[in-house]
This record gives sequence, structure tokens and C-alpha cells, in this order.
Amino acid sequence: MSPELISAYRPGSTLLHRIPAGPKLGLLAAYGVVTVVATGPWTAIGFLAFSLALVVWVRIPWRTAVRALRPLLLVVVLVTAFQVWQRGWPAAIHVVGDLLALFVAALVFTATTRIDALLDAIVRGLGPFRRVGVDPEKVALAFSLMIGAIPGVMTIARETRDAAKARGLERDPRALLVPMAIRTVAHAYDTGAALHARGIGDD
Amino acid sequence: MLRLDRVSVSVGTPDGDLVLLHRTTLSITERRVALIGGNGSGKSTFARLLNGLVEPTTGRVTVGDLDTVDDGPSVRRAVGFVFTDPGAQLVMPTCLEDVALSLRRTVKDKRERLRQARAILDGIGLGDKADTTVHALSGGQKQMLALAGVLATDPQVLVADEPTTLLDLRNTRLVADRLFALPQQLVLVTHDLDLAARCDRALVIDEARVVFDGRPDDAIAHYRASVDAP
Amino acid sequence: MTSTTRKGRRAAVSTTDLALIATFAALIAVCAIMPAVNTGSGTPFTLQMFGIFLAGATLGATRGFLAVVLYLAVGTAGLPIFTQGAAGPATWAGVTGGYLLAFPLAALLVGLVAARVARSKPARFVVIVSVVAAIVTIAVVGTLGTLGMAWKLDVSLRVAWGYATPFFVYDIIKGVLAAVVAASVHRAFPQLTARR
Repeated sequence: MSPELISAYRPGSTLLHRIPAGPKLGLLAAYGVVTVVATGPWTAIGFLAFSLALVVWVRIPWRTAVRALRPLLLVVVLVTAFQVWQRGWPAAIHVVGDLLALFVAALVFTATTRIDALLDAIVRGLGPFRRVGVDPEKVALAFSLMIGAIPGVMTIARETRDAAKARGLERDPRALLVPMAIRTVAHAYDTGAALHARGIGDD
Repeated sequence: MLRLDRVSVSVGTPDGDLVLLHRTTLSITERRVALIGGNGSGKSTFARLLNGLVEPTTGRVTVGDLDTVDDGPSVRRAVGFVFTDPGAQLVMPTCLEDVALSLRRTVKDKRERLRQARAILDGIGLGDKADTTVHALSGGQKQMLALAGVLATDPQVLVADEPTTLLDLRNTRLVADRLFALPQQLVLVTHDLDLAARCDRALVIDEARVVFDGRPDDAIAHYRASVDAP
Repeated sequence: MTSTTRKGRRAAVSTTDLALIATFAALIAVCAIMPAVNTGSGTPFTLQMFGIFLAGATLGATRGFLAVVLYLAVGTAGLPIFTQGAAGPATWAGVTGGYLLAFPLAALLVGLVAARVARSKPARFVVIVSVVAAIVTIAVVGTLGTLGMAWKLDVSLRVAWGYATPFFVYDIIKGVLAAVVAASVHRAFPQLTARR
């Protein structure tokens, strides 16, 4: 019913798969800084080639990579044209090359990192914030609750849309959105009651 | 023992106070007690009082020595609650995680928690569904999973609010047989008069009052008569 | 079925609040990935911004802000719940990173005002929240989005602002929609604003 939520994670055993999620995110951030600091068209081409090599290394199928890049395509074309017109080819290659290099590297990150591994890393990273009132256990619960709630909310959205259609109101945004929002809030209160009934979150 | 001592429940609405339960005093010691009555009669409010999901406006509700208001967390640990719609009760992404959630308080080690959760799933015949999303289960499987999630907290009393209303006949039997096989005290809100007849005592609730209290056969007869009467 | 529990004696975020935050984060996700309402214009029209404004307008500042942060965290971790099925840190690395940063602030600011007027007449609530959402669209979402694009694309602020403006009209409409819907939600669930 929901093919929408297929994660881009691809199991594998390369070094990139095995680096823990937290440090890997750090590496990605560092890479971002490096692309900003190092300027020039040739370095940008080098970065892009490096990122693409990572794609080959962790075996992301090209079709997947291209599909992920699609939302960026229009921007890339527009910006290339604009930069070439304003400042010439070298500047265009520098800007667009850096952008794509970092974007592709981030795709590689997602392809080699399990969602729950990164969420666990976030929860661990929150440990030091315990003293300012952040409860990592509660954050972890929130992550699971949210992921658990998506299919339910999606069903609510679909049912209210069908209900509006059945009454010939599919063009009326209020007939679509008001019941969806109200049922979502009711669902949230039910979830809260269910958690309470199971004695969770009292302590 | 469950006890209601001069309990009433009302909520404020823009049109004035709405009474959900008029002043009621009674205690429940029987092993299995049924609550029957029409839609909106106050059955659910009554059931929710028993584990503190609804707090009394006046009076006290006690479970053993515990007060549902003052000892909320302990009461909720002692009294498990099964909802009508298991979809509302199953809150985690996968079956295994949902059962493991109930074990959070008692089993601190994550690996041990998952092991126990897996054993519980095996016990209700859902062992092969451990890693599937709870939304892929049938209605009956969902209710069995919800029940397993509640039982994993090892409650002394189980309150079930119309647990079979959304189920077909086969699944109703499956869930009911499981409920009646439990060693715990059971308070069962139900529209299924066959199930009510299997209890030791039945309360009929109408317009926010307990209007009959006694043997299930008599209670059912009273309820039928009240519906048939003009 | 709603319960009439009184709670919130200890924790800053109660169990009910946690459920509201998580469910609204899921709602924003569904709004972002749901096949869009057909506008006939060909622009990808999702309800993501509607979901964000709705979170603020219904839950108030704190819970609305946390719902959006939760949505962003889970999306960044790799669940494809950003618009067009995007996910992961790539979304931040792309040209729309500034917008992502603006989302929680938008919910916070709209929530701050909405919580104050939640108990007034629905018409007044709708007008005030719509106006605030429109101001936030331009002043916060537009500005941060523009800064993000100007930085990523290495273009002047004026050019980036030009890229951002076509979205304003849609987002302002979504703000009005969120205000209308939130007014109904507050009438259905007065307990949303109780004790806040």
C-alpha cells in the first residue's frame, strides 16, 4: 500500500558501510567544508570525480543515482546557464561541480547508512544534553513513534480523500483537509492513551 | 480488588457540564466482570476510570491499595488496557518493537528485551512476523499483538474495551478464548452478549448510570428488555 | 473517543504531547509525499508547508517546533519523506537547505501567535494566523531559502530572491488553509490549548 517509503539504504560490506554512522556524518560535514575552502574549476571536477568513484565503490546503481539527482536537474541547468553568462565557464564549473559533488557524497552516505543506525547515533549524541533537560530515551521513542505513525496517517489521508470524493467534494480543500487534521489529532490522542495505558512515559 | 467510592465524572463543554458517569459506588472482586450497555452509555468512561486514563471528577477509584490519581504510574502498571481499535494501540513500526516497548521498564538490556519480545510473538503464533510492519497484519492478528503487548507488562488486572467489536467471528473467538484463559482479573466491556454470558458478574450501564448489577443472565435479560421497551 | 485525563505534573513533554508531536511529524511527512493536489500548472504542489504551518497553528510553539525538528531528523536519517521522495543529508547539501532550516522556525513563530489567539472567535483566529503565516513565509522562509540558494549557487541575493518569489504565492495560500483547518481542530479539541 505504501511503496512511497522505500529507503535508499543498500546493504553492503564496504569500508563505508562499516564506519559508524556518527563519525561518517562527521566525515561528510568535513568534506562539505573542504569543497567550500578549495576553489577553482579543476578542484571541483576532482571532487565530483571522487564522489562518483564512491558511487561506483559502494555499488549504487546508476539509475538510482540519476533518479535521486532529478530534483536538482532544473536548478543545475539554470545555474550553469546563468553563471556562464555572468562569469564564464570556469566559475560555472566550480559552482555546479561543488554542488553536485557534495550532493552525490551525501547520497552515498544515505546508501551506506541504515536509518536506525543514524537515529541511534543521534540519540547517543544527545547524552551530554541530559543535564539541560533533554531525555535521549524519549527522543528515541519519538523517532519510533513517528515512523510507526506514518502508515496510519497515510491511511487517514487516503480515506478522507475517498470520503470527500464520494460526496463530490474532491475540489474543496476544506472537505479534504479538515477531517484529515481532526482524525490525525484524534489518532494522536489515542496513541497517547495507549502509551499511558501501557505505563510508558510516566517516569 | 477494584473499588469506586462515590465516583462521578463530568467534562466541561461550551454548553455546560456533561456528565459521563453519575455518582457510583461499588467494588469488583469477581474474576471476570462484563460491562454492557448502548453506545455512549458511559461504559468506556467506566472502564477508563479503572486504570487512570480517566480521572474521577469527584470520589476515588482504587485498585488494591493504589489510588488511580495519586499513584497513576503504579496503577497503570497494575491494570492493563486493551482498546477496541488495535490500530490505535500498536504504536511502533514493527511487531517486535511494539512488544519490546512494553518491556522497556522491566528489562533494561536491549538485546534481552528483543529476545523476550520474540518469545512472546512466538507464543501467539506471530513469530514469523517479528520484523514486518504492524499495518500488514490482519485485524485479528493486530488485536492478538495488542493483547500480547499489554500482557508483556505483566498486569494484575486486564480491562478490555470492546476488544472484539471490529473482528469477524473466527477472530472474535480467538481473542475471547485468549482473554478467558488468562489468570488475571478481567473487566470486559462488550456488545457481544455471548461473551458477557461467560462472565461471573455483569453491570448494565445506561445514560451514565449503573442500572443493573448482578448475574450475567439476568443482566442480559434486563438489557434486552430495556432496548425492547418503547 | 477522547480521554479527559489531567496530566503533565512532572515532565516538560508529557506522553500525550509526545504522541501529538510524533503524529504531527508523520502528518508533515504524509503532506510532503502525498500525490499533490492537482493545480493544473505543472509545478510540484505538495502540502509540506501546509503541514508545517498546521503543526504550529494547532500544537503551539514548543510542540509545533519539535514536530518539525522530528520530521527533519527522521528525513535526514534517510527515510524518504522530503518532497519528491528526497531523503538524507543530500537534501541539506542541495540548494534547498535554507528552506529546511526555516521550517522549524516557521512552526515556532506561527505557533507562538496561534496559541495566544486559539480561544478567540474562529474568524479572528483565521485572519491573525493567516497574516502571521504570510509574514513568516516572506520574512523567514523566503529569506533563509534565499540565503541558502545565494550561498550554494554563488549568485547575488537579488537573483536568489528572484528564484524564491514564485513559491511565495503558494505558501501564503497554504498558510491560510492551515489557519482555516487549525480553527476547526481547536473547536474539536479544546484540550489542545489547555494549561498552555
